[in-house]
Amino acid sequence: MMFAGVFGFLTRRSTLAILLSVELMLNATDLNFAVFNRMLHPEGYEGYFFSLFSIAISAAESAIAIAIMINIYRMKKHIQADGLEEMKW
Amino acid sequence: MPPEASTPHRDQGTPHRGTGTRQRANEISNSITMDYTIFILLLPFLSFLLLGVFGKWFSHKAAGLIGTAVLLAVAAMSYYTAYEYFFMTPRTAEGALPALMPYNYTWLPFFVQGLSFDMGILLDPISVMMLIVISTVSLMVHIYSFGYMHGERGFQRYYAFLSLFTMSMLGLVVATNIFQMYMFWELVGVSSYLLIGFYYTSPAAIAASKKAFIVTRFADMFFLVGILIYGYYCHSFGFDFNQAGFALGASMLPVALFLMFIGGAGKSAMFPLHIWLPDAMEGPTPVSALIHAATMVVAGVFQIARLFPLWIAYAPSTLHIVAWVGAFTAFYAAAVACCQSDIKRVLAFSTISQIAFMMVSLGVCTEYTTGHEHVGSLGYMASMFHLFTHAMFKALLFLGAGCIIHAVHSNEMSAMGGLRKYMPITNITFFIACLAISGIPPFSGFFSKDEILTAAFAYSPAMGWVMTAIAAMTAFYMFRLYYGIFWGTENKELHAKHTPHEAPLTMTFPLMFLAVVTCVAGFIPFGHFVSADSRIYDIHLDPHVACTSIIIAVASIFLATYMYMGERQPKADALAEKFGRLHRWAYKRFYLDEVYQYVTHRIIFAHISKPIAWFDRHIVDGFFDFLAWGTNALSFRIRGLQSGSVQQYAFVFLLGTLILLAVMAFA
Repeated sequence: MMFAGVFGFLTRRSTLAILLSVELMLNATDLNFAVFNRMLHPEGYEGYFFSLFSIAISAAESAIAIAIMINIYRMKKHIQADGLEEMKW
Repeated sequence: MPPEASTPHRDQGTPHRGTGTRQRANEISNSITMDYTIFILLLPFLSFLLLGVFGKWFSHKAAGLIGTAVLLAVAAMSYYTAYEYFFMTPRTAEGALPALMPYNYTWLPFFVQGLSFDMGILLDPISVMMLIVISTVSLMVHIYSFGYMHGERGFQRYYAFLSLFTMSMLGLVVATNIFQMYMFWELVGVSSYLLIGFYYTSPAAIAASKKAFIVTRFADMFFLVGILIYGYYCHSFGFDFNQAGFALGASMLPVALFLMFIGGAGKSAMFPLHIWLPDAMEGPTPVSALIHAATMVVAGVFQIARLFPLWIAYAPSTLHIVAWVGAFTAFYAAAVACCQSDIKRVLAFSTISQIAFMMVSLGVCTEYTTGHEHVGSLGYMASMFHLFTHAMFKALLFLGAGCIIHAVHSNEMSAMGGLRKYMPITNITFFIACLAISGIPPFSGFFSKDEILTAAFAYSPAMGWVMTAIAAMTAFYMFRLYYGIFWGTENKELHAKHTPHEAPLTMTFPLMFLAVVTCVAGFIPFGHFVSADSRIYDIHLDPHVACTSIIIAVASIFLATYMYMGERQPKADALAEKFGRLHRWAYKRFYLDEVYQYVTHRIIFAHISKPIAWFDRHIVDGFFDFLAWGTNALSFRIRGLQSGSVQQYAFVFLLGTLILLAVMAFA
């Protein structure tokens, strides 16, 4: 799932799809937190809590990302990542 | 001999003793505090700020009045200081005048060897004497400038600079330590530079001001090195010469003192650093009178006098070198003065010669003690006496020359002649000053010059005769100048266009005042006020020396009268013809300026500065240009990395992570 996200991030042209890929990677880490907590420290809950935190933060982050995308769309009438290369050298 | 015996009372400020010193000074002088002396420095400084910053909005008259009023106050305070110091201050048990220090504050502590830069006011016989000289001449010049600079553009600026100069010069003489002296020393250099270049539209004035500044600055570099050696080896910048440090640093003291003397030689125009002074005559004439005749140029003499106990105790043989340098300078300048045609140049060389007399007088001193029989330190008193009288009559000569230039609009003697009918006051006062500088009694120059000659004879008969001969030359060239201006042929052609007339009262009053001073100053019992150990020293005229010098002076005057008084000067022209080459050499000041030009341009600039400049431009600059070029080229190569595409960044990041992981896994 993690590498599905990475692959999506590197190859998709739509910014929205890239955002989805980021979410995928975050979900992968969340699952890992939960699984490793269960496997290594079954008596503790830190991993679960951490994945909860991570979910909350990724929600906030996607809100910001979508806000940025809307602004980009207003300026350029598209949100294709390969058309957004103004900030170079 | 050790200096302890002679200056046990000298107060000295070392760090953290600022106020303590003041209290002790108060104890010595019981009730006299002399607190007001600080205003002698502050008032001219404030007037400088006022006229310098807001001068534009003042009328000429207001600016001149402010400057003159401030100087009047300064002069009044200086006279009162002198009165209080010389007559009200009780003498110490040895009968010496105490050195008072009304102010001494630690300004910049060094934290090494207890060294610090102090600022304060030191009153001792020579500094109080200098206060009188500076404030008197400065006041006269302020009044005189009112007429002389009438209607000039930049009148307010002129008065602002005069105030700055007066403040700096007063600060120099009352300095409590060598560093304060150095600071004000540079300040007088700056104000001299500003005033020489006052007519900033004239290229000659600009060149002269630069020359004066560079030459004196070059000399001051040695002064600074001397001060640092002095501070480092003697653990003091002060003038308290009975501290233990001086004995410790005794081996380095002659070096330090000689380096300081080079600085003094630059300011006082000793050969071969005199070249700036004749050119400095490009400035306004009152400035020449104040700075380049009476006050600033004697700073070098004052400096040696200030450090005199050290010279005598630790470097007597170096002191005699100073005497011979002075003697040579006096001769050289007198020889050049005999042949110049620009009246201000004659006076400039005469100034160099007279200052050299003071240097000789200090240089021939052999012992520190004074007394009726001791002539070992007579020279100190004689030098200061001559400084005093010379300041008065040379200022008078310069101001007189200013009146003449004002009347005929030229500096050249050829434009003058026969002016005695048109300018009676200038004529008489100039004549008095000429008699004084020639050493004719009862004018002041006779008394001081006679003491110098006595001191020179006491040192060695050779020196005595050399100085007597130079005194004779002095009388000769001064009367050549006098006859050239006031007698001889009138320049009818020039006078037809513009009849010369006597200057206004603002200009003639200073002449008359200074002439009166010149007449009576010789009768001041100077030795009672200033002597090497501040004790009373009775002046005795040595009849042999006095008679010789009078006879020789009168003879030279007669010779000058014979040669130059008439309508034409066949004898003088014939002599100039006969010794054509010598005359030309002397007229061209022995080509010393050309030698300097050659040494600086052809040797130093061409063979030292140019290669260094090439090295700087090509090697040093080249290296840094290469660094910049390399960075630039490299950046162009790798700028593709910053493509602006988010996905490429992510890819590079991922790649980097993988490489790091690989490195960590396998290393």
